[in-house]
This record gives sequence, structure tokens and C-alpha cells, in this order.
Amino acid sequence: MQDDGLYAALLRRGMTRRSFLGFSAAMAAALALPASFAPQIATAVEGAKRLPVIWVRGQSCGGDTEALLRSGDPTAVSLFLDVLAVEYHDSLLAVAGADAELARTSAMQLYPNGYLAVVEGSIPDGASGAYCLIGGRPAADVVREVSAGALATIAVGSCACDGGVAAAGWNTTHAGGVKGLVGGGKYMALPGCPVNPVNLASVIVHWITFSALPAADLAGRPLSAYGNLIHNQCERRPHFEFGEFATEWGDQGAQEGWCLYKLGCKGPETMGNCPTVKYGEKISWNVRAGHGCIGCMTPSFWNEMGSAHKRLPAPVFFLPNLTADMIGGGLLAGIGGVAGLHAVGMGMRFKRRRVIAARDKAMAAVGSAVASPAALETEGPQAEAGPDGGRAPEAGGASPAGTLDAAERGAAAEAALDSGAPAGPEER
Amino acid sequence: MTALDDVRITPAAAPAPPTASTEATAAHGHPVIDRPHDRVGVYIWQVPVRITHWVTAFCIVTLSLTGGYIADPFLIPPGGHVMTTIRMIHIIAALTFLVSGAIRTVYLLFGNRFARWTAFIPTNRKQFTELFRQAGFYGFVKSEIPKVLGHNQLAAAAYLALFALLLVETVTGFALDGLMGAEPGATGFAWLRELFGPQMLRLVHHLSMWLILAIALFHVYSCVLVDHIENVGVVTSMFTGFKFPTREEVVESRDGGVEVLEQAVKRAEG
Repeated sequence: MQDDGLYAALLRRGMTRRSFLGFSAAMAAALALPASFAPQIATAVEGAKRLPVIWVRGQSCGGDTEALLRSGDPTAVSLFLDVLAVEYHDSLLAVAGADAELARTSAMQLYPNGYLAVVEGSIPDGASGAYCLIGGRPAADVVREVSAGALATIAVGSCACDGGVAAAGWNTTHAGGVKGLVGGGKYMALPGCPVNPVNLASVIVHWITFSALPAADLAGRPLSAYGNLIHNQCERRPHFEFGEFATEWGDQGAQEGWCLYKLGCKGPETMGNCPTVKYGEKISWNVRAGHGCIGCMTPSFWNEMGSAHKRLPAPVFFLPNLTADMIGGGLLAGIGGVAGLHAVGMGMRFKRRRVIAARDKAMAAVGSAVASPAALETEGPQAEAGPDGGRAPEAGGASPAGTLDAAERGAAAEAALDSGAPAGPEER
Repeated sequence: MTALDDVRITPAAAPAPPTASTEATAAHGHPVIDRPHDRVGVYIWQVPVRITHWVTAFCIVTLSLTGGYIADPFLIPPGGHVMTTIRMIHIIAALTFLVSGAIRTVYLLFGNRFARWTAFIPTNRKQFTELFRQAGFYGFVKSEIPKVLGHNQLAAAAYLALFALLLVETVTGFALDGLMGAEPGATGFAWLRELFGPQMLRLVHHLSMWLILAIALFHVYSCVLVDHIENVGVVTSMFTGFKFPTREEVVESRDGGVEVLEQAVKRAEG
């Protein structure tokens, strides 16, 4: 294919001037730029040379490539096939084996620091990287090598961003994202399962227009696409505010198009632009189709988001049916039960103490040796035989033994009070 | 005498050992020796401490009910701005709690000896042993309840856990509010969402509620229990500010002492 610039390539593909300007406006919108940027984008894309791309796949299902090729969106497809010069993509190459390797290495030599590296799929480093080999070499080595000479490295799809499904659960292959393999170069994450082709196109057009990647958040995601909560853009949001929720699949609420919040939609915790950009020529997206968001644009969503059909993840990950409310409600009921039993125990203890105090009082009344209030007070703890009891107190209230005797005296006086007896001559 | 400057004695002036103090005051004909079993009103809880207590209690109930609806919309039939209204109540209650918590924090630093942080964090051996003596009392191991005017150390430890949980609720609440784009959560707590992820924050926010409710339930039970045992008016003290121990008990309490008794008697007589 001759290389006479993007605009010529697009016209050859049958794109009209009108649809080209429409493409520019759509890209400006996808980048959250004002419409006044559309001419600038058009000018930049017209004058640009085709941008070489090396597309590396690690542990990937190929879904991101499929999403791009089958998007049905002529702008995205033409961008991929005509605007970009895809020098290497193992699924799309006509050649295979050593020739494919040669295509990659020669492209890297031909465009030093002049190509975009796109990585799809997670990169495992378990078993020294043996779980994923490209041309007999660990995928991590290939990605490191390719991204070292790239203008920028773009991770497409959740797997390339954080390990995705391969990193879920026990993460047998010790899979992870590509961020750690990008040695100080420019990096952009485009999570999603699959990535929305419009977001990939908009990032590339931003690069062509401004020679820079769009502004990103802490996870490296472009704010233009991942800066808003899906919940805030959702067409079912009014039903949320009105408390109108589908409670079962296919029930009346679901047929009415009510909010899928109770069916575990993760829109309220996921940042993305699915509701506005949609998929498949802006025809639909999953919430419009009737299933809640699964939060695929959130880092580590397989582990973080919990069940796709429940609001909260399970607190104990190996007990998926144990909900937070079961734990909390059980705790509350348990505390209530313990308090009830404790109250019964305390009641029995203090009833016994009152009985003893009453007996002591009776003994004092019949004129035994115990006559003074001080002696009456010392009887209680002795009869109680508590850990501190049994100590013979000295005559008189303020003994040098100090606090313990004082405490016992107070409690005995209180016990006497409870039984209705006067605690001492001073009382009242 | 105003409510604020009552019974404010520096913690450095620790109460003297009961025996020594009673002997020393006996020479002066002190009321504690003259009439040790007379009850005297001791001002324990200052006005803002009581107000923030009830505001916090009200907010915890409101936040739990509205938060329960937000977590799982139930009972209330659809129609009207149900979720909007309940989320608004939740946020208003959260901000009310925040103001209340800030005021209580000020009193944690500058309140009287029963409200200050020194009443919560054990700083001496006596406070530490009281923790275990109180636990022993609850566990039917010890027969006597430690003598204390303000919080006992086991309760104080529970309240420290409660404060920590309320702080967790506040921080995760702001981080979750920030998801919707509301400041200051959107930018100020973005690092938290980055670190734990939104679902983990939501789970922690939810589980903390259950823990707070569990602590609150046991708090109510233990207050009623101790009210029965100590017989000094624990429950009413959170309305009136006063407890009514005997003069002897005031002197012998860990956070009491002769000075506290003298002030209380002075207040009662003057």
C-alpha cells in the first residue's frame, strides 16, 4: 500500500469529505473536546503520515481485536486499517512463524522511536514467563523490548491493564498488566472487556493531533473516556432516583426498563463512557440491552467487583454465599444474645449477694458478735469468697489495706442498700 | 459557676491515695469522713459532650436506616424521588455527624478530665489494670466493679474502637461520594479509591455500620447494667450531666479525688 498520507488513504477507502469531517467531530466529542477542535483534528489527520503500530498480544482472548474489527463503525475500522500502518499483529498478519517475528523486528528497526506499541492481553511472569511465549521468548521480554522503542505504549482491554481474567482468583500464571514493563516511557491504559474501539481511536487521533496522550487519572486511564461515573450518564438513572428497580430478571420492572441497581449493576462504582459512546455503531450497550454493568473498566474488576448480580462483594472470598449483611446481622444478634445471657447471669449473682447481705443483717439483728456497721460490711465479700475476698479486715473503716477493702466495703454497703437495709447510721 | 469550668483539674494532679487523703482530711473534719455515705452530685458530662452524644446517636440511627435503603432499596414502594430524598437525608445526617464529631474532638483535647483523651487512652498502670478488672467483672471473674466516675477503661477502649470506626465511615463515605463527582471526595479522596477500589470501600462502609451498631447495642446494655450495679445514675447522667455517688466513692474513684469532692460539695452547697 502506498504511503501518501491518511487523507488519501481514507478517500481511497471510499470515505467522503463529509463523513471525514463527521469522523473528526466524533473524535473531538470522544475526547471531550469542544466542537471547535474538529477542524484542527481534520487538518492534523489530513496531513499526517500513517502511524506505524506494533500490536503485541499476551494472554488474550482476542476480544479487543475482535471488537475493533467487528465494530461496524466505519470510522474506527478505517482508522485501524488505513490511518494506522499495522506492522505487526499476530492474528492479522498474512505470514506466520519466523517471518512474523521478522516483521516485528524489522518494523522496530525501521521506525526507531516512531511507532505506537499496543498491548492486548495480560503478561504472566510465573514459571519465568513460560506460560506465554511469543516466538519462543517470554511475552514479558517481547513487550519490554517493543515498548522501549515506542512513542507510547497503550494497554487495550482489562487484561493488559491489570491482568484481567487471567489474574483473577488465585492467579495461577501470576499474570499482570503491562505498566511495570514500560520503562519510563509514555503509558496509557484503556481498560474494558473489550476496549471500546472509539476510545482507542480517540487516543490515537489525540496523539496525531497534539503529539501527546490525553490527560489521565491515577491508573493511567484517559479522563476523556474514564472521567465520569457510568451511573451519572446512564439512561436508566431517573428510575434509580425514583426508587424504581427491577428485582428479578424479566419481571415487570425489567420490562419497563427500570434501574438494574438491585440486580447488581456496577454502574454506580465504575468510571467509563459506555452510556454515551455505546457499542456497535452507537446502537446499544449492556445496560440498555437489559443486563447491569459488570464494572469491567475498574482495575482488577474480577476480584474487586464481586458477583455481577450482587451489590456488594463477599467479605470472605472463599465463602461466596456469605454476605456482609449475614455477618453483620449475625454479629448484632450474637451481641444481643450474649447481652441477654449476661443480664441473666448478673441478675443471679446480685440476687445471691442480696440474700447474703440480708442473712448477715439478720445475724446482726439477733445480737451475734457482729454489731457494728463496719463488721456487717466485711461479711459480704467473705461469704462471696471472691478472688479478693477472705482477707481479714482491720477494725475501723480506713484500714491501711486501702483500696480493695474500700471497694469491698462500698459494694457491701450497696448490697445492703439493695436489700432495703440501711447501709449505716449515717444513711438519710 | 458555668458549666464549662466545673471540675476541670489537670490530669497531672492525680488524686491522692484514698487512705492518705481520708486521713489527711480527717483532721479538718472533712465531709468525706463526717458523712461518707451521703450522696453528692458530681458534674461529669459537659453540655457539648452530652449534645454531641445524642446528636451522634441520632445520626447513627438515621445513617444506618438510610444507608440500609441505599445499599438495598426495600420496603418503600417506588414513586416520588425516594432514592434522591433518602440519599439527601443520608448526606445531611453525615455532615451533621461530621460537625458533631468535630466538636467532640475539640472536647477530646480541651474538655474536662472525664471527656479528655486521657480518659480514653490508658496512660498509667492504674488505668491498665482497671481495663482487666472491668473485663473480669463482666466475665464473672471479679465480684467488684472498679470505682470510677467517668468512663471505665473497658468502655473507653470500646469508644476508641467506635471513634475509629466512625472515622472509617467518614473517610470511606467521602470517597464514595466522590465517585459521583462531588467534592471534596472527587479529588481529595481519589487516592483511596485508587488504593482499595470502590467496591472494597463500599464493603468496608457497610461492614463498619454493623460493627458500630453492635458496639451501640452493647453500649446500651452495659449502661443499663452498670446503672443497676453502681446505683449512681449512669443513664440519667447523659441527660443531666450529673452522677450521684457517695462522698466516699468520689474520693476513692480512679478519676475522682478529694478536689473533685470538694468542688462537688461546694457546688451543692453554694
